[in-house]
Amino acid sequence: MSHVTTASPAAPRHATGTAPRLRTPRRAHTPGRPRRSVLLTVLTGLVLLYTLVPLLWLVISATKTQEGLAGSFGLWFDGDFALWDNIRQTFTYDDGVFTRWLLNTLLYVAVGAGGATFLAVLGGYALAKFTFPGKRAVFAVVIGAVAVPGTALAVPTFLMFSEMGLTNTPWAVIVPSLISPFGLYLMWVFASEAVPTELMEAARMDGAGEVRTFFQVALPLLAPGIVTVLLFTMVATWNNYFLPLIMLKDPDWYPLTLGLNSWNAQAQTAGGEVVFNLVITGSLITILPLIAAFLLLQKYWQSGLAAGSVKE
Amino acid sequence: MGPFAAVFALVFLAPIAYSIYLSLFRDQLIGGTTFVGLDNYTQAFQDDKFWASVGRVSLFLVVQVPIMLGIALLVALALDSGRLYGRDFFRISIFLPYAVPAVVATLMWGFMYGTRFGLLGDVNDAFGVSLPDPLSPDLVLASIGNIVTWEFVGYNMLIFYSALRVIPHSLYEAAEIDGAGQFRVIAAIKLPAIRGALVIATIFSIIGSFQLFNEPSILRNLARNAITTSYTPNYYTYSLSFSGQQHNYSATVAIIMGLITMVIAYVVQLRGMRKGA
Repeated sequence: MSHVTTASPAAPRHATGTAPRLRTPRRAHTPGRPRRSVLLTVLTGLVLLYTLVPLLWLVISATKTQEGLAGSFGLWFDGDFALWDNIRQTFTYDDGVFTRWLLNTLLYVAVGAGGATFLAVLGGYALAKFTFPGKRAVFAVVIGAVAVPGTALAVPTFLMFSEMGLTNTPWAVIVPSLISPFGLYLMWVFASEAVPTELMEAARMDGAGEVRTFFQVALPLLAPGIVTVLLFTMVATWNNYFLPLIMLKDPDWYPLTLGLNSWNAQAQTAGGEVVFNLVITGSLITILPLIAAFLLLQKYWQSGLAAGSVKE
Repeated sequence: MGPFAAVFALVFLAPIAYSIYLSLFRDQLIGGTTFVGLDNYTQAFQDDKFWASVGRVSLFLVVQVPIMLGIALLVALALDSGRLYGRDFFRISIFLPYAVPAVVATLMWGFMYGTRFGLLGDVNDAFGVSLPDPLSPDLVLASIGNIVTWEFVGYNMLIFYSALRVIPHSLYEAAEIDGAGQFRVIAAIKLPAIRGALVIATIFSIIGSFQLFNEPSILRNLARNAITTSYTPNYYTYSLSFSGQQHNYSATVAIIMGLITMVIAYVVQLRGMRKGA
């Protein structure tokens, strides 16, 4: 696919606009843009229904009381609108443990995803722009690591961390999140295209050191790629379940995902209080920040992803 | 590169080395930890539970992955054709489930699957029918497949769509001059051009299938009879380590599974790329 490797990261972003590339050639043959098809829209609409109906169910269910959940139709509102009460209860139930879980998740995301992005940017930039002995070997090992099942590593990592006395501490969750082979790969592809070597040479000629060249010349050009990697590592850490499940015993260190599941499992244990309305409301609160981040940063991550897919 | 390499070694290379080391020993009540060579591996190859779980994820792989990638590809082609009303809305909405944690997705679908209180129960009541229970032993694998499809169809769609957008338009112009129709353009230009994206998505989906853990483990709360603690290979290693305390054997199973995954991913990559050349 050598013909597309010259595309600059800005070009795909442009192409996601209102299809300028289709307009010119088509006008020569048919008047106007390609005809919109109702049938195709309806067919794609089926997939849309499939993806959105469960989310709609979640929003509607979050407005119901525990009794309302069992007694009313799933896809329509119940008589009493209990959303605010549910939210209040979610945050106050069991001495406000939900707030604690939310803060834990924020900590793991900030340090884990932030650190993973930082390391991926440095590593990707170094792989793309510098030559050093053993570079090919390093690259092969990292790409091989993408293929190693992440959760297959989790059990051995747990055994190792427990020897080191790291389990049941936040470090046990944060340290493994720091490596994102996929992020490194994306940054490597992105850096080799977004930062022209001539520009770096020009900066060096003007007397800028490597550090200054990186921060003042390369970093601004890498911004869309950084946002993309940051978003995807954020999703990975925010949604992480398996790793904290095996690493953490103490509910005080749980992230939201583990906490919600423990509330849900409570219904199965003898004498446990059934709090499905809180599980549902808590789930809604858990997914809102990520959905908001994806919607607000659309422009950046879509261009970053497009540039990343170019090289494959 | 330095810091990345250091952390990388700690969280990737060291656990691999450590689990290989563990897999060569056995912890016994009498005599403590002893070196047993490849005994753990022999045991794994004769372990029915292990092979049953491998068979289950393989079945999952050959059914769920083609369905998911097929839908993703069709939607990506539909978006790219420029013939949809409200294309951007479709693109972002279908992608949204990716941002939903597997835990939340499974809890949500689990509630909806319920035949008594869930959405399925409502449908049964409303139409006076009795649909089969999705959490019964026969259907639970398909139900898990549905959850996974829901979570990742938009993500794969976006990968395909991004690859479609960077095809140079000169190719379409040439095709139009030659009088090629829409389907001909798809077969002759679009699909070959996104081969790389197709191969990558397939490999990621294979890895994902073999690692299946979150969905069955959370769904087990609702379907204790249908989902055993060795339902998938990953679940098996987890149970061995945490309920059975058989760390050495657990590490062995993890290594075998890792090797199987890598071999299959590698074969797919080789085949996929060779056809392209």
